[in-house]
Amino acid sequence: MKLTNPRGAWTLFLREVRRFLKVKMQTIVTPALTAMLYLLIFRYAMGERQVPGLEVDYFTFLVPGLAMMAMMQNAFANTSSSMIMGKVMGMHIYLLMAPLSALEVVLAFLAAAVVRAVVVAVVFLAVLSPFVDVNLLHPGIILLYGVCASIMMGGLGLIAGMWAKDFDNIAMITNFVILPLTFLSGVFYSVKQLPEFWQQVNNANPFFYLTDGFRYGFLGIGDTDPYASIAIVLFATILTMCTCWYLWAIGWRMKE
Amino acid sequence: MSALEIRDLNKIYGNGNRALHDVSLSVPKGSFFALLGPNGAGKSTLINILADTVRPSSGSVHLLEHNLFTERAWCKRRIGVVPQEVAFDPFFTPREVLAFTAGLFGCKADYGWIDELLQRLELSAHVGKNTRQLSGGMRRRLLVAQALVHKPELVILDEPTAGVDVELRRRLWEFMRELNAAGTTILLTTHYLDEAEELCDHVAIIDQGTVVTAQPMRDLMQAVASSYLWMHYDKKLSLSDADGLALAAFKPRLNDEGVCLELGKQSDGQSTFHIAYEAAVSRFGPPLDAGVRSEDLEDVFLRLTQKDSQ
Ligand SMILES: Nc1ncnc2c1ncn2[C@@H]1O[C@H](COP(=O)(O)OP(=O)(O)O)[C@@H](O)[C@H]1O
Ligand SMILES: [Mg+2]
Repeated sequence: MKLTNPRGAWTLFLREVRRFLKVKMQTIVTPALTAMLYLLIFRYAMGERQVPGLEVDYFTFLVPGLAMMAMMQNAFANTSSSMIMGKVMGMHIYLLMAPLSALEVVLAFLAAAVVRAVVVAVVFLAVLSPFVDVNLLHPGIILLYGVCASIMMGGLGLIAGMWAKDFDNIAMITNFVILPLTFLSGVFYSVKQLPEFWQQVNNANPFFYLTDGFRYGFLGIGDTDPYASIAIVLFATILTMCTCWYLWAIGWRMKE
Repeated sequence: MSALEIRDLNKIYGNGNRALHDVSLSVPKGSFFALLGPNGAGKSTLINILADTVRPSSGSVHLLEHNLFTERAWCKRRIGVVPQEVAFDPFFTPREVLAFTAGLFGCKADYGWIDELLQRLELSAHVGKNTRQLSGGMRRRLLVAQALVHKPELVILDEPTAGVDVELRRRLWEFMRELNAAGTTILLTTHYLDEAEELCDHVAIIDQGTVVTAQPMRDLMQAVASSYLWMHYDKKLSLSDADGLALAAFKPRLNDEGVCLELGKQSDGQSTFHIAYEAAVSRFGPPLDAGVRSEDLEDVFLRLTQKDSQ
């Protein structure tokens, strides 16, 4: 577990960043466009309706959660698509042949996933800022939750990419695991709106705490106490990183 | 000193396939080493273990007296591998790919060297293109450039000339010969045995995961020194069981042009030649053309690898 090739890790990081910058359509235009669509649908269709139990109108409530959802999905997409593309094109062998330690590979991939997630969130919020108050009420909380969520999702994407044999495998995980978990992480509702049973289900979704804490950073309201969750969020982040590191170190599904 | 010292290397794949069986090989430093064997012999498995894309089951490998499996980072900086399967990164241009590969290996991108590689591998005209737009042969040459970009001391090429036309192949080998002359050890597998015979100073033949022979090329070619009678026909020949013992003694091999008969050691002299010639004429009729030649690498290869598969 050493850093013997910082230049190699930096090169890999830059490649991963360049890769998403080359497809600007997906990384910059898509979040900007979806932001406008959300604005149209939720702002103008739902009007100034308040969220039950919270002193805030629905759209203001929605925006931080939507930003978080976009961050999580993009972090996952960055690592998982790079891995599966590498496997399908055969380029992944260069990661195995190069003198890179598992730690260097994992750090480079996760750092790039975080950068993409942050770029997406900034674009998304910047597009909406003329129409809704984007308050950075607790910047520390925003940063912590945003970065940790991106690392976790980037890590899951890396693991999914290592596991997958083709693009279909990735599409399956994205559609049946990542999409439901992020949609149901309290982006569109406050748990207090849910029946008792679904509140329980919701509390078992790890992404719920991330979304809720992130929103607290903007609005100062939420269903959970973000300070109480910091330890568990950090623990989950480190656990994800360790899992990635271990799986890469043993060549899980990468080396015969 | 050996560039590579491979001892008792075994590989059993997850599905139970035994690809390597106690392989021991020594590749001298500075040699131009041919690793030959029929399809499925285990050549790529061996190379992929050296490249760290396949895990060995047991055994040891030393690169310049450093343990390959425990000193990976040190060793990897000194090895450049051209994989058998074509791989490419559809997002980048050849120049970007090379700068990126250099970086992964911990080297600052040396654009002087990168441009020289692109020129030597005849990719200069395509530097601005996306790798997606390159032909199969160009992509393979880019892989060769990628293997050389960090100036490795040992270059391993797994069938680098498959699908590359004759002229380009010749120039590629010319380049490899120059690198070799400058001190780089080169290990290659190829299907073109005449090229291997011409280029390489050492040869190992593996078959079904075991080393059949490994020695300097010159020793191998001298030790055998069988000669062959070749006879050309303008019709398609076929052999059947009924062709009898007379021909079978000469281990006949048919090809598109006719038949080739093994005469054994040259000391057997004229009589063997006449018996073989008569046997062939009585079976196939008089040939268009015939002659005797001494054994080349292809003959040795077939003789050593076909025995047990029949
Ligand atoms: N990934 C794999 N899983 C199982 N068996 C394999 C795998 N790769 C190669 N083999 C088997 O190992 C043997 C050696 O293959 P390979 O090293 O590719 O031979 P060569 O390169 O000499 O043609 C073959 O029998 C092949 O079928
Ligand atoms: Mg092969």
